Amino acid sequence: MTIETTPDVLDTLVGVVPGTGLDRLRRERPVTRLNIQASYEALFAVGDQGGVSQSERLALALFVTLLHGDVSGAAHYGVLLKEQPGGLALAEAIAGQAQAARTAGPYGAYPAGPLSVEDVAGPIFSVEGADKDVLGQRLAALLAHAHLLVFHPRDAQPAALAALQAAGWSTPEIVTVSQIVAFLSFQIRAAHGLRLLSA
Amino acid sequence: MTTTTLDTVSTGAPTVFTQAHLGWNAWIEPVAEDALTERQKDGLVDIARAKSPYFRLLAHDPDILKTRTLADKDIFYNTKEGLPRAERELAAAAVSRSNGCIYCASVHARFATTFSKRHDDVQRLLDEGVGADIDPLWNAIIEASVALTATPIAFGPQHVATLRDLGLGDLAIADLIHSAAFFNWANRLMLSLGEPEQAA
Repeated sequence: MTIETTPDVLDTLVGVVPGTGLDRLRRERPVTRLNIQASYEALFAVGDQGGVSQSERLALALFVTLLHGDVSGAAHYGVLLKEQPGGLALAEAIAGQAQAARTAGPYGAYPAGPLSVEDVAGPIFSVEGADKDVLGQRLAALLAHAHLLVFHPRDAQPAALAALQAAGWSTPEIVTVSQIVAFLSFQIRAAHGLRLLSA
Repeated sequence: MTTTTLDTVSTGAPTVFTQAHLGWNAWIEPVAEDALTERQKDGLVDIARAKSPYFRLLAHDPDILKTRTLADKDIFYNTKEGLPRAERELAAAAVSRSNGCIYCASVHARFATTFSKRHDDVQRLLDEGVGADIDPLWNAIIEASVALTATPIAFGPQHVATLRDLGLGDLAIADLIHSAAFFNWANRLMLSLGEPEQAA
């Protein structure tokens, strides 16, 4: 296969068939296409670089895709996680936690003032029970933060970052995991939207 | 990492959506401007961004900063056919209004005004919210952007059909999908790593 006909990860998630209208449409924006793929690789094809392990990256991705009810994304990241040492147990714990954590967003509070009438209350998630031991403190804290970012990002406060720090996450690592959740929020929506265009 | 950074309380946080210029302060320590490595400078893409605490914070992971920045610029600036710039910015503002990112909404509402020359219509999105009744095309763009922002995602065939009925081709709709999806990326970083402040 040449570069021109090789599907990228977003194509795979969307189910783009080479040579179809949707394939041509994505190739109308080659710089976007290239950098979406390069972003995926910067987050998921760097091994344990930057202190965030490959298992942690994939565990987070599985949780975020499951929170969105994104079947193709969860399958993609789930397969990769299960290939990691200890990945099967992690995947099982994350599937259980995601089921408990799923809700509807965006909700959250605004800074006190005229927008407070638009405040919408919703659940605050934390990992409970035996899965705490399977996931460990670091990953459990990360999943709680991911839930905040996915469903109620306007509730974010410095205390949420302090909780990550208390669980052992450094500043560069917090940047990386925030990028992972934020990138997936993009990737899942881009895939969903493009899939509808091909219908 | 210092606790002092986390204890910092902003005194001038905006409490309404606005098209005014806002500042943004990080809750954790950005890379110091004089400590940026070559790789981090490369990640910034545009070296003027070294003045921004937001981009210097993201520079802690320069590879994803670089690819994200290049994707961002192409999604919004590449208007060879497809959706006009004003409507891409409108989508970004609508997503930011829906998620509640006052800072992102200020920047992209301002850009929407610049490219559409429709300050008052843009302001209605900010003041009245995503249900503002502006005109059929802008209403449809806002509705589609908000539906794509919901979790679970509410964007469906009816949104695509409405946009097609209003004359948008598939490339324009794909541009809208990318713009709205991209602001679900941007909002989450801006909302969770720091907060806006009103310029003095």
